[in-house]
Amino acid sequence: MNVGVISFPGSNCDRDCHFVCNDILKQSSRLIWHQETSLKNIDLVILPGGFSYGDYLRTGAIARFSPIMDSIIEFASHGGLVLGICNGFQILLEVGLLPGAMLRNTHLSFICENVSIKVENADTPFTNQFSVDQILNIPIAHAEGNYYADSTTLSTLHEHGQIVFRYCSGNGTLTNESNPNGSLDHIAGICNQTRNVLGMMPHPERSAEAVLGSTDGILLFNSVLNTFEKSES
Amino acid sequence: MKAKIYVTLKRGIHDPQGHAIHQSLATLGFEAINEVRLGKFVEVDIEEHDQEKAEATVKNMCDKLLANPVIENYRYELFSS
Repeated sequence: MNVGVISFPGSNCDRDCHFVCNDILKQSSRLIWHQETSLKNIDLVILPGGFSYGDYLRTGAIARFSPIMDSIIEFASHGGLVLGICNGFQILLEVGLLPGAMLRNTHLSFICENVSIKVENADTPFTNQFSVDQILNIPIAHAEGNYYADSTTLSTLHEHGQIVFRYCSGNGTLTNESNPNGSLDHIAGICNQTRNVLGMMPHPERSAEAVLGSTDGILLFNSVLNTFEKSES
Repeated sequence: MKAKIYVTLKRGIHDPQGHAIHQSLATLGFEAINEVRLGKFVEVDIEEHDQEKAEATVKNMCDKLLANPVIENYRYELFSS
């Protein structure tokens, strides 16, 4: 599998994603500078976390006009797998590959901690190695993760099984205390209707090795690899 | 021409920054406040002297970049520079 990790000015999780794909997953991965205009031979695009363009104007608002974005939109429209993590999720919302928008966290603070999320949909190219209701221990690190969509969009998300991850307590209950940023309906990650584009605020690349305290995140990368291998056979 | 552009969160969308400012103002003794909403102010100097064309340009830049229609509204004022 050929992975392309996009580096924007201000990305800071690009090398982590590259490391996971290259050194843990043992796949071919390369960093793609945002000024490039072609993805070439890529099977998975990762938009990494960080602070692209210093979060100026709105998170992800300026990165969405980077030269590489046109080829990512094209790639996604043909079913190509696109994973946006944290700032990558914010960019996917701004560019319209996923519906909704991000607001400031309800308590305004930048939150950097491990949280529990549960898998709502295990039937996507990104989550087939999980089971529904599986609870993951995974870090978040953001100030704008308070997902918002209007009520029509929210119903559509539910109807099409597009809500992939939700914040929950350690035993899987959806409580206000376990929703770290005030996100609508506890949403931590959503996919598009064709399920080839996933955006999530938690960082699977930061929970992909035992030394980091959790290996729950590696299952997401394993899922993508599994999807790729099936499509090749 | 110069455009003064105001971008604000739509009505009904929770504004945690506005809320925090409201609380802080109350602490300072400004108690007769119903609500505080925080927005953005953008000033753009455009190389255009025709009012209509300048207006079309400003609308276009707001729709494309300066405001996110999912959560924000915008309004603007145009001045000859």
